[in-house]
Amino acid sequence: MISHFKTMVCATTTAAAIIAALPAVAEDTVKIAYIDPLSGGGASIGEVGLKTFNYLADVTNAHGGILGRKLEVTAYDNKLNAQETLVQVQKAIDSGIRFITQGNGSAFAAAIEDYVTKYNDRNPGKEVLYFNYAAVDPVLTNDKCSYWHFRWDANSDIKMNALTNYMKTRPNIKNVYLINQDYSFGNAVRAEARKMLAAKRPDIQIVGDEVHPLLKVTDFSPYVAKIKASGADSVITGNWGQDFALLLKAAADAGLQVDWYTYYAGGTGGPTAIKQANLPDRVYQISEGLPNEPYAPAREFEKAFRAKTSVSLFYPRAVNEIRMFVKAAQDANSVDPVKVAAKLDGMKVTVYNGGEGFMRAEDHQFFQPMYIGNLGPIGKDQPFNEENTGWGWKVTGKIDTQDTILPTSCKMNRPS
Amino acid sequence: MLELVTISALNGVLYGMLLFLMASGLTLIFSMMGVLNFAHASFYMLGAFFGFQISEIVGFWPAFFLAPVLVGGIGALVERYGLRRVHRHGPVAELLFTFGLAFVIEEIVQMIWGKGPVDYRVPLSLNFSAFTAFSTNYPAYKMFELLTAIAIFAVLLMLLTRTRVGLIIQASLTHPHMVAMLGHNVPRVFMLVFGVGTGLAALAGVIAGPALVTQSNMAAALGPILFVVVVVGGLGSLSGAFLASLLIGLVQTFAVSINLSVADVLRPIGVAPPNGGVLFDVWNVTVAQIAPIIPYLLLVLILIFRPTGLMGTREH
Amino acid sequence: MSDVTTDVVNVPARAGASAGLAGVARHAAPWLALAVAFAVLPMIFTSGSALTMLSLMGIMIVFALSYNMLLGETGLLSFGHAVYYGLGGFVAVHAMNTVIHDRLPVPLFLIPLVGAFSGLLFGIIFGSVSTRRAGTAFAMISLGLGELVASSSLILRSFFGGEEGVSTNRTKLLHVFGLNFGPQIEIYYLIAFWCLLCMVAMFALRRTPFGSMCNAVRENAERAQFVGYNPQAVRFIAFALAGLFAGVAGALAAINFELVNSAAVGAGQSGLVLLAAYIGGTGNFIGPVIGAVLVTWLEVMLSDITDVWQLYFGLLFIGVVMFAPNGIAGLLMMHEPLWRARAYGPLPRLLLTYVIALVPALATLAGLIAVIEMTYHRSVKASEGTTISLFHVTLDTASFVPWIAAIVLLAGGFLLFRRTWPVVGAAWHDAIVYAQTAGKAK
Repeated sequence: MISHFKTMVCATTTAAAIIAALPAVAEDTVKIAYIDPLSGGGASIGEVGLKTFNYLADVTNAHGGILGRKLEVTAYDNKLNAQETLVQVQKAIDSGIRFITQGNGSAFAAAIEDYVTKYNDRNPGKEVLYFNYAAVDPVLTNDKCSYWHFRWDANSDIKMNALTNYMKTRPNIKNVYLINQDYSFGNAVRAEARKMLAAKRPDIQIVGDEVHPLLKVTDFSPYVAKIKASGADSVITGNWGQDFALLLKAAADAGLQVDWYTYYAGGTGGPTAIKQANLPDRVYQISEGLPNEPYAPAREFEKAFRAKTSVSLFYPRAVNEIRMFVKAAQDANSVDPVKVAAKLDGMKVTVYNGGEGFMRAEDHQFFQPMYIGNLGPIGKDQPFNEENTGWGWKVTGKIDTQDTILPTSCKMNRPS
Repeated sequence: MLELVTISALNGVLYGMLLFLMASGLTLIFSMMGVLNFAHASFYMLGAFFGFQISEIVGFWPAFFLAPVLVGGIGALVERYGLRRVHRHGPVAELLFTFGLAFVIEEIVQMIWGKGPVDYRVPLSLNFSAFTAFSTNYPAYKMFELLTAIAIFAVLLMLLTRTRVGLIIQASLTHPHMVAMLGHNVPRVFMLVFGVGTGLAALAGVIAGPALVTQSNMAAALGPILFVVVVVGGLGSLSGAFLASLLIGLVQTFAVSINLSVADVLRPIGVAPPNGGVLFDVWNVTVAQIAPIIPYLLLVLILIFRPTGLMGTREH
Repeated sequence: MSDVTTDVVNVPARAGASAGLAGVARHAAPWLALAVAFAVLPMIFTSGSALTMLSLMGIMIVFALSYNMLLGETGLLSFGHAVYYGLGGFVAVHAMNTVIHDRLPVPLFLIPLVGAFSGLLFGIIFGSVSTRRAGTAFAMISLGLGELVASSSLILRSFFGGEEGVSTNRTKLLHVFGLNFGPQIEIYYLIAFWCLLCMVAMFALRRTPFGSMCNAVRENAERAQFVGYNPQAVRFIAFALAGLFAGVAGALAAINFELVNSAAVGAGQSGLVLLAAYIGGTGNFIGPVIGAVLVTWLEVMLSDITDVWQLYFGLLFIGVVMFAPNGIAGLLMMHEPLWRARAYGPLPRLLLTYVIALVPALATLAGLIAVIEMTYHRSVKASEGTTISLFHVTLDTASFVPWIAAIVLLAGGFLLFRRTWPVVGAAWHDAIVYAQTAGKAK
């Protein structure tokens, strides 16, 4: 009796494992795995990234691909779970993919970086590269750096450095309030904000320093009440997603009149929230690129991109990533990850929106010009508006690459 | 100080009323049928999306009346064809059915409206500032929320205790067989109650949608707090749910404004903080940081020391 | 008179003699067969992701079986069982890091014991408050505790590692027999060994008097009390033991991923094990095993095929709750009378009716999938054009044809399916009657 069922169990397991072990047929394509949330809560952000990379692959293939081979993006859903992320990485590696890109969530980025480093260590000859396009926790290119990881997004310390350099030039900022999400990124934002403001503008008072649980708060009015009570004229926040939208809503409801210096105001839902809150020209964002920059090739790209995908280009850094990937392969005349990595190491390029950028060999952090802009009703020289609100970004400041550089504590194990 | 207290109190009451709007339906269903409707927050979400869609076509006020009726109808159908079938397999099966339903509703909403937030706005007729307290504006819309919640509480209480239907419902709660033998159609009563309960959740959604972000993850965000309210208030008690919502709303709002931690309290006395590890974290965490966790703490404490809740009438 | 007493005295002895070696062999045979199967599987499926999948299945089997100790055996529905799984994982990871840091002579394959100990400890601590009540109150306490632990994971950063969790390196522990446990195949065998050990242990527990007491408390706690057992004590011990095995599963997961983060104690993980145990069937030892294998496979592979995998999960779950509340194992166990009576005669006809019923069922399923996928494509992915590829057939969602076809499949298939029910029912009835008469004749 029992034996029958045991046999059935074994049969089920076997059947499942058979289907699981489908081998991948290697074609003459270069595949890159995109691992980000594609279902559930993070899906709206993950989908934008996927559209971006699919578009970039199409553009690359239209211009001859990588060394004559087609570039193909394969999407994997990490379901906002670190262990699931690792399972998907394993699946990707098993299908013969040797380049992985990811960005949404530094926790998952850390898991991938760790896994890829260990995998390359334990499987010489089968190395895999990890291209990080949006995870900004500084630790990934400092204490936990890895030769096999390349980061194209300015990490949060670099962004804060650029932001505070901009704030240094604005005398009307006197009282600053910090409000952030209580996790590694939010804490990095506030720690660096305090440090850098104290160094560059000691006259600025930090009148509040608040952290709140990540994505759990539904009513920000108590926090807004505290901001009002503190007498702040500017708020620095790294909030994104619903934490940003709800915070702005509560601020608008309470009639809070301050300037907002943010990292992710332009993310999905952000411009809609800003317009609903009726805060024209008061919400700033630090970013490596904004849609209405006065650089013609970028504007043409943006126009074509929006025509095809119906979203705005939130990731100019993805453009840099793919272009540098192609260039590295061409320089190395090979798509072998070890050779591509060697070429990316220290590569200098002209970035997507004009200006010089370089991938620092010491820690594999990309440095590029940074821009500050604010959102408001668009004028004549601003062809793009966001999320059909009629409001768009206006560049108010630029920080050159050289002024964004920060030291690193990375001690990388380089392959011999 | 007075400003902070007044504003926190006002905000706390408003938040609590929003919670009550949602929890009233759940209490009704829970006390009626002993079914823990895991999908209650999903009906709340459906109400918000239906409200959004209808207000896009005809406006906010028709949506205010239509959406709850529609969702209540869906709820009644779910009870008739789903829950009733599952009832004979036991209470665990009922619970799990609503659990699976929550999943399915969230996915269907995502399929139809997408995964991002939708632009559900406060209607123009309510989009002004009602009054200003200590230089903070209070929107009229929030007052409207408050008034609706109180009105619903009053109406429900009256319905349950003063009308015949209410008496039958209360009787079916404890003696369903007797009530059936007296000639009342108990299954139909159950269906009615489930429909009304989910309709109330939908009403909460229609109202809360413009105030909060209307997105497919709103059910998952508010679901657990709803249960805390119902359990803390007491299984089977509407007044308990009202009290519990107020309590949780106020506690959470006040907690956010308190930046004290154990370190702050003990430092003046001269007690040095521990060096590292878990104790260091506990030492330095502020009340404000743990504010959203306090409801769960309350839940566990109540369940251990007073499982019938604050004003509960029956124990499961 | 004396004949009866001699019979009564002699029969057990005779039965005992024959039950000696042959009995042990009969009981051990299935486990040995299972051990051989576990050992041989990776030789058949050698790809990296197959190995990962098998490892995940092994972990989930232990976790789901531990959960069933609560739900199936003792009737306790818990929504926070992942707490013991996750905490077992965290303690295991910290233990591994301590071993590495202090160079203690502890090999990797003893780490699951750490998980067991941690699971037992937290099971005792939290169980002392949770098991005071049963039924819905217990379910709510478990939910509250689960949320509490999951939320405190962001506050107690030194233990939970904050957002990134805690990571470790499993190759840095003491190497024995030249194994450094870097390759996945070695990890698979480690997991398979512990999985088998836990399965034997939990199966044995079921057969002890304590296991029967758990069943008694599940059926009727009041009556168990009258017979002299304290239901609360029984529940408490069952809870602690379930925590122990969940801790082992958590430690195995920690070894497999070399990373544990707060998601391991979260509501999602608790929900997943509930799903696995319930779909597999809570009334049977094999149920959670089947459920674990199926759910792991679906979870990993389904998201590649479709974006709305969560919808299918939910529908599957509702389907099982409504139509097969005893799970897959329950459906299989319905055939038990036939096996027991060795009544194989009516089997071919029965199986034939199953096949006949299966065809319209598959048609209904295909129609449902088509409707869901096309609706999804039209509403969310409208910007990607109107055609989709389903079952290797290209469909243009803008035209009426695929929609009509899908609805016809769905409705028509379902109606035909309902027509086959009496046929299946008649064959089933005959088979059971045959089994009963055949059994009596023997």
